[in-house]
Formats: sequence, structure tokens, C-alpha cells
Amino acid sequence: MVSKREILETNEMIDEALLDVRTITMGISLLDCADADCDRMNEKIYEKIVSKAKHLVRIGDEIGQEFGVSIVNKRIAITPISIVAAACQNCDYIKVAKTLDRAAKAVGVNFIGGFSALVQKGCTPSDQALIQSLPKALAETEYVCSSINVGSTKTGIDMDVVRLMGQVIKDTAELTKDKESIGCAKLVVFCNAVEDNPFMAGAFHGVGEKDCVINVGVSGPGVVKRALEKYPDADFEQMCEVIKRVSFKITRLGQLVAQEAAERLQVPFGIVDLSLAPTPAIGDSIAEIFNEMGLEYAGAPGTTAALAILNDCVKKGGIMASSSVGGLSGAFIPVSEDHGMIEAARKGYLTLEKLEAMTCVCSVGLDMIAIPGDTSANTIAGIIADEMAIGMINQKTTAVRIIPVVGKVVGDQAEFGGLLGYAPVMPVNTANNDRFINRGGRIPAPVHSFKN
Amino acid sequence: MKVIISVVGRDQVGIIAAICNSLVEHRVNVLDISQTILQDYFNMIMIVDCPEEGLVFNELQESLQSIAKTMGLVVKVQRDELFKAMHRI
Repeated sequence: MVSKREILETNEMIDEALLDVRTITMGISLLDCADADCDRMNEKIYEKIVSKAKHLVRIGDEIGQEFGVSIVNKRIAITPISIVAAACQNCDYIKVAKTLDRAAKAVGVNFIGGFSALVQKGCTPSDQALIQSLPKALAETEYVCSSINVGSTKTGIDMDVVRLMGQVIKDTAELTKDKESIGCAKLVVFCNAVEDNPFMAGAFHGVGEKDCVINVGVSGPGVVKRALEKYPDADFEQMCEVIKRVSFKITRLGQLVAQEAAERLQVPFGIVDLSLAPTPAIGDSIAEIFNEMGLEYAGAPGTTAALAILNDCVKKGGIMASSSVGGLSGAFIPVSEDHGMIEAARKGYLTLEKLEAMTCVCSVGLDMIAIPGDTSANTIAGIIADEMAIGMINQKTTAVRIIPVVGKVVGDQAEFGGLLGYAPVMPVNTANNDRFINRGGRIPAPVHSFKN
Repeated sequence: MKVIISVVGRDQVGIIAAICNSLVEHRVNVLDISQTILQDYFNMIMIVDCPEEGLVFNELQESLQSIAKTMGLVVKVQRDELFKAMHRI
């Protein structure tokens, strides 16, 4: 029989440290929806998503109720649309995005990810068309998220697409300027994208996956912070043990929810993503963990080391707690979604360059960063290229989700609302990089990719 | 299925009675109770055996939440697998 101590500890995590399951994401393959006729393909896509995910939200809520744990988001990840639509003649990608939006609305999920293209070694005509359609597609839909994988350790980086993405991000910002350029918050540029990531905006359902799976993303930065509060004088080894113990418990919750959801939806269980994902709420922040570790602000010297410890211990603690760990698994460092990061950025302690260094050791990359609206497309492309290079050389996933907020300058604030939060507009290094970016072509794969 | 009921709130007459009446109505058997008063705050954890057939869990949840509302308490009704998963290997 469970003990009183165990019950109290769990409920304290839920009530006071804001422990929740961040997302149940259903991965759905749309490979069988390919069709030469655009309308027929749209019909098949809508039908498949709605039939597979019609009970997702209800069952997610029921499980949350039974365990007394909030399951914050219910989401869908689909096969990258550029693959699904490749066989379609005269495909209207805006129409496809609107179909996805309609399907997401019909089943009640809060995001659908996979309006994506994997172009790490070059573009097909379908990839090109999808990328060109992005600004309009993201402006005219509400729930659709997009990711473009432009590089990998195995293949190198497609710099033509990197340059193009600089412009696409600018155009997306322009088309959504009446809403703080929010279209860019739904667009991620990846290196080494993973195929089973349940978190948005970068989720898509890889072609190596089953027809339909359930992936779960756990969270709980508040729980880690609370646990560390009890050991203010612990040395690094003791601190690591505390984080590992907590992340084991958090992951077990994720595994339980994932199994339960998979069973009730009669869909195979995929993976648990052991990520610490912050929200703008006080007490649900990665930056607060840094504070607890002894850093006055996120960005203080020592922050990269603190993040490395956190990221590694979350994995070590979580791996044994789940039968199948996957996705991004680590600590996210979005700026606008973490009040501690926002505060540090506002006071100038957290800079874009420090964030870039931190992405060498965090789970993903530059995330939800607002920059001045007049930043040039090539500067954005340069930021992307740097981040992709970190991913390629270090064999890790890196990403850029950056928002050049039209009409805003350094020091202004951009309000994205809800879980996307708000962010101070951060300064960007404006030294010219045109000649570098305009070279075009591909950065060949690094030497350590030749493993066979 | 085993279910954990946790009740917290300002102490008053009839908390246990109200909760237990609801349990009887739903044919739910009490396996363990632990109850204390901390600075005028009533604190109780019950482990109960809830029939799995039908919608007993949902009905019990509803009934206990309505008691919680009337008496100004916070009542949590949770399946015990959660605690086992998090604390036992």
C-alpha cells in the first residue's frame, strides 16, 4: 500500500511545484493520403486526422482527472507535408495548411505540427513549394506549426535553404505584424531534427514511424527547483543526485500517462520525452533553477555549466524510468516562455551570444527570442547558420525559433500570449555578413560523420 | 481499483461523515484512514477500494467534489498507480 509520505510528496509536486504532463502528442502518418489530385489529398488528410484523433482530447482530460495531474496540451504531429504532397500535381500548399487547421480545430487539439520539409541535403520541388508557401500558410492558419530541417551531422548544411529561411522568417513576421509577428513562433529551423518529438513547434511524425503512435512530453522545472531548495549547501555531486532522483519520478509519471493513453486510444506507445519545459508562470522556470544553483541571473558566468549539469542529470534520472525515451529530452531554454529568462534578458544579463553558447549543452537551441523588426534576412540566416553548425559538429539537435517583431526595437516588449509568453526585444550583432550568406551551396558533412 | 482520497480544509463538524456517506452510496470500501488537525486545518488521507465496473470512479469524483464545494474543502481523488509509479521501482 502506498505510504502517506509518498502521497504528500506527489501532491506537493502537483500543487506547489506545478508538476504537469506538458503534452500528449499523437503522431499520425499521412503517407497513405498522397494523391495526384489536390482536393482528394486534402479530403484524405482531413479524414485520417479526424478519425485517428477524435478521442485524443477527451481521453487526455479523463486521464488527467483520474490521476489528479493536469495534462496541459493535446497535440498532433503528422508526416512532413512536403513528402505527402510530393505526388500531388499543382498542389496548393496554403489549402493543405488550412485543411490541417480545420482538422486540428475539429478534434480540439491546440497545435498540429508537420507542415514541414526535410531538406538537409537539398530540396525537391515539393520542398521548395512548401517553404515558399510558409509566410502565407502561417499567417492564414492558427494551429499549424512548421519545421524545416536544413542540416544534419550526416549530411552537412544546405546553405541555400538557410539563406532562404532568413527571408521566409522576415516575410512571415511581416504578414503577421498585427499580432507581434507571431507567425514566426510557429516556425522552427532545425539541424538533426528528431522524428518523434512531441513538443511544438517542431513536432512532426517521421517516415520511419508506425502509422499512429502516442508520444508524451513531461515537464517540471518547478519540481527540480523545489527539490534543490532543500539542499542549499550541497556540492555538485550531491546536487546532481537530487536532480536525477526528481527527474526519475517525473518521468515515471510521463510513462504511466503514456501507457494509459496508448491503451485507451488503442494506439501503440511511442516514447516519453524527458524535457524540462518552462511556462511563463512563476515557479515553472528553468532560470529559477539556475538561481537556486547559485547564479543571480540566467546568463551569469557559470550558466552554461549549470545548464549542462541540468540537461545531463535529467537524462540520467529519466532514462531508467521509461521503457522508451526519445524526442528531444533535456532542458528547453525558450526566452519568452520563462519569466526568469525574460527578466535576465531585460536586465542585459542574458544575451543572444550567451544563449548561443547555452544551446551547445541544452536539449535544442535558440528558442522564442524576439529581435528587432528591422534585422536583415541575412543576419537571421547567419544566426541560423551558426546554430546549425553547433548541431552538426556536436551531433545534437539544434534549432532556431526567432521572431523579428515588426515595428519593435531593442528594449520594447513583444506579447505573444498564453504559453508562448512575452519577450523583451534583444539586440542582435549587425555586422555585415552578406558576402558569406550569399555564397550559397552546401556545407559538406563534417569528418566525424563518416562512421561506416 | 485502489483510489487515494486526500481532504484538506478548515476543520468543521461532519467532514468525515459527509465523505464516508458518499463512499457508502458508491459501495466503496475504506482500506486505510489517516487524519490529523494541523493549526485548525483538517487533513485526511484515505485509501479506498473502488469498484472498477461502470463509471463509479467518475461518479465518486463528482460527488466528492460537490461535498468539497459545499464545505469549502480541497478534495483530491486519484488512482493509486500514480504514487506507485513515481515512488516504487
